Amino acid sequence: MAQAYSPGLTVTENIVLKKERILPLKGNVLVKKGDKVKAEDVVAETRLPGKVVPLNVANKLGITADMVNEYIKIKPGQEIHKGDLIAETKGFLGFFKSHLRSPIDGEVENVSKITGQLLLREPRIPVNVKAFMDGIVVDVVEEEGVIVENKSAYIQGIFGIGGETTGHIKVLVDKPENILKADEIDDSCKDKIIVAGALATYDVIQKALEVGVKGIITGGIDDRDLKKLLGYNIGVAITGHEDIDLTIIVTEGFGEIKMAQKTYDLLKQFEGHKSSIHGKTQIRAGVMRPEIIIPTEFTEENLEHKEAKMASLEIGTTIRVIRQPNFGMIGKVTALPEELTPVESETLVRILEAELEDGKKITIPRANVEIIED
Amino acid sequence: MGNSRKLKRIIATDCGSTTTKAILIEYVDGEFRQTVRGEAPTTVEKPLNDVTRGVLNAVTELEELARLKYDNPNIKFIKDDKLQIMKDGVKGDEGIDAYVSTSSAGGGLQMMVTGVVAKMTGESAERAALGAGAIVMDLIASNDKRANYEKIERIRNLRPDMILMAGGVDGGTTKHVAELAELVAAADPKPRLGSNYQLPVIYAGNKKAREAIKETLEDKVDLIITDNIRPTLDVEELGPARDKIHDLFMEHVMAQAPGYNKLMSWTQGPVDGKLTQIPIMPTPAAVGNIMQTIARQNKIEVLGVDIGGATTDVFSVFTEKHIFNRTVSANLGMSYSISNVLATAGLENILRWVPFEIDESGLRNMIKNKMIRPTTIPQQLEELVLEHAIAKEALKYAFIQHKEFAVGLKGAQRKREIADAFDQSVSGETVVNMMTLDLLVGSGGVLSHAPRRNQSAMMLIDAFLPEGITRLAVDSIFMMPQLGVLAEISEKAATEVFEKDCLIYLGTCVAPVGKSKPGKVALTAHIELPNGEVFEEEIKFGEIKLLPCGVGETAKATLKPGRGLDIGEGKNQEIETELHGGVVGIILDTRGRQPFALPTDASERVSLLKKWMKELKAYPEKILE
Repeated sequence: MAQAYSPGLTVTENIVLKKERILPLKGNVLVKKGDKVKAEDVVAETRLPGKVVPLNVANKLGITADMVNEYIKIKPGQEIHKGDLIAETKGFLGFFKSHLRSPIDGEVENVSKITGQLLLREPRIPVNVKAFMDGIVVDVVEEEGVIVENKSAYIQGIFGIGGETTGHIKVLVDKPENILKADEIDDSCKDKIIVAGALATYDVIQKALEVGVKGIITGGIDDRDLKKLLGYNIGVAITGHEDIDLTIIVTEGFGEIKMAQKTYDLLKQFEGHKSSIHGKTQIRAGVMRPEIIIPTEFTEENLEHKEAKMASLEIGTTIRVIRQPNFGMIGKVTALPEELTPVESETLVRILEAELEDGKKITIPRANVEIIED
Repeated sequence: MGNSRKLKRIIATDCGSTTTKAILIEYVDGEFRQTVRGEAPTTVEKPLNDVTRGVLNAVTELEELARLKYDNPNIKFIKDDKLQIMKDGVKGDEGIDAYVSTSSAGGGLQMMVTGVVAKMTGESAERAALGAGAIVMDLIASNDKRANYEKIERIRNLRPDMILMAGGVDGGTTKHVAELAELVAAADPKPRLGSNYQLPVIYAGNKKAREAIKETLEDKVDLIITDNIRPTLDVEELGPARDKIHDLFMEHVMAQAPGYNKLMSWTQGPVDGKLTQIPIMPTPAAVGNIMQTIARQNKIEVLGVDIGGATTDVFSVFTEKHIFNRTVSANLGMSYSISNVLATAGLENILRWVPFEIDESGLRNMIKNKMIRPTTIPQQLEELVLEHAIAKEALKYAFIQHKEFAVGLKGAQRKREIADAFDQSVSGETVVNMMTLDLLVGSGGVLSHAPRRNQSAMMLIDAFLPEGITRLAVDSIFMMPQLGVLAEISEKAATEVFEKDCLIYLGTCVAPVGKSKPGKVALTAHIELPNGEVFEEEIKFGEIKLLPCGVGETAKATLKPGRGLDIGEGKNQEIETELHGGVVGIILDTRGRQPFALPTDASERVSLLKKWMKELKAYPEKILE
């Protein structure tokens, strides 16, 4: 028994999911424990402090910093409006006074007699957090947010771009190895989450944007297309905040790669169902992968967590190859030799032997496979 | 630190983000040796949430391996679920004399620094933070061209572990320093880990501004005041600020991480005969420590690099005064950040090291696939060659950043009559001098675990372009962090292990510097090899030669550079010296330095690359045909 180095991505018809929906700062929670919520419902809200606008009073009025207190007309904490008088010099015999007026609506944060600087703060910015997935509120974190739980069909992607969105699933290819063409996307795809096959090309993504598709799920994507789409190279794997109007989830990797049959079958099975997806990917500490959540009917008794078990490599385990050669192929482990073995690159590694779906027998570093749970 | 004689058995661990590595150091036959090593996954995250579990697992492996090695089932390092440190010294098979540890788990120490002038006090603050082992998330300076409101937004969004504020020489500007403090106060920054404590802010700027700083910041942050890191323009005093950073790292950052309070109570060793608590060090600070110790003891200049998955650290100790510099290239690495190497270097620069054709789309996708599945290994030879090409560019750019940073104090006047008045030599010039460099050490997966050591040598040479005569080495298992913290209780133990067990010497590179042309003689060499053979040749410009000379062996050499070229003693000057061998050998590299250039014509370049790689025995012949 041994562990694979790359944990397999979860693809399952039935999972109990818990999602923390927490505000960036303390605020108000709008729902209570036991409430049923829809993905679109706002569950908590707060107001973030507004932008700080510094204003150098001393410079603007042509006085020294220690004189600022003498001329200032406002106090820290005071509410102000655009155009309000902030400071005024005495002038000469009451004439030739210099005025300084507020450039914003907001409040006074601080007045410094050391630097002659005034800090104004813009009004607070309302921020809210939605439930993201249909479910039930199982816990409330006071002033911070809630924990929503449901039963879902669930697929983890390997990489994604774009934030949280919801839509109904529409499968546009007949087989997971097919490549979707742009002209196969029409107005019926508006607000849908569409499933492409082995590759979502730049043209397909453009057409999806035009039509108003909410999300694309694809086996592969070409890095050149991604760069063309975003206008820049993704340097480090922290995504989910891209400024695009749809979310893309890649299930296998970069290049043309057949979508895993199990993933495709599951999406096909739930075609027409509402789904919550996001493209957030983070590969460093605190690993995060994109998710496709398809809530299913449940009663509270259904929400029992199965104990998480660590998948292990054994003879007969189904694996997927995650690096060249044979990238994307599925196979079954036939042997797990213990000793370090050199591969073509002369690297000494622990290997496994496997038989691929097409009958081909391979030897491969254990690091280059992931386990597919049956 | 005169403990060496009393120490018999020491355990040192490095708690990394993913792996906790433990080594056992023992006093055997009159010297300290690293005898056994073990590792286990780090356990700071769910479900275990306690770093000491990973430490105990790694030490358990040490225990088991030590029992096997010495065929002695009674060896025991753990008792009652903790490391057993013997108060009165190790007598039998049980216990250890000392336990020390470094840590970079949870992303290491992340700091923001401020200064008045970015290139002066700002740079000093950055040097202090980097030297203390931190990642500098941003430098905010009065003159950095961002509007104040942008600076405030930035400070608020960063969420560092702590802030170091510098600015103003003593008696200099108060206004600018106070203004920066006001920006920090307005941003009201929150610490990265947990919100139940105030963010530590170290003030190490103009003494005169202390009261103003207190007034502005005292209520909002945990303010700590220490000596000015730049008391005058030509003096930089990083020590007090660095020490404060280390204290705060222990008290605040580490104390927030799960299990660290327990771990801190475990790290103990004898100091002046008394069992004393030994602080946990940030991993890079410990690496800096060992490199400085080695440079000082052997009176040499050292350049070290650690290329990881996410970041590349470069350390250097140059000049007779052992000026230490460290830089972190936060987004140059071989897995998580591999895609950024492509973005930084550009495709052509990576492909110029590749001796075969590959289409752009294929390479781009390969790089991205490595990014999203960082633990995979190049199985195909072509993919290995590509990874090495990427590594060369990552190392090159990390080194460029290092050279730009490791400079003399900007703003200092050049005082010709009292050259000793300032540490970092000439104002604004880099202190990195490849010609005087004695030892280049590489570490990190791609260098330490390359299938052939010749590949590591090739990557180091191509990326760093050593000049004159330079020894090359790799850190076998990246033991430098543990040895760095070990040096805190026993320099002797640390340096002995460093010399004998940590470094794998690859050999020596000889490279003449200066302009020449293909066909012209670049180096005339007369080398008496340890196998009795004499190598005597006029080597033309644009060649690489590999001569056999093993670990611990030396070769007597007379080296005469070609016309107009220099190998260390000045143009056209002959050198008589001893060249040290290693697992690769002696490499004579006449491909040119200042400039080093590869042909722009693809077929010409590919044929040269193949020739050099064949000579260096870097890859199997089949890929070089």
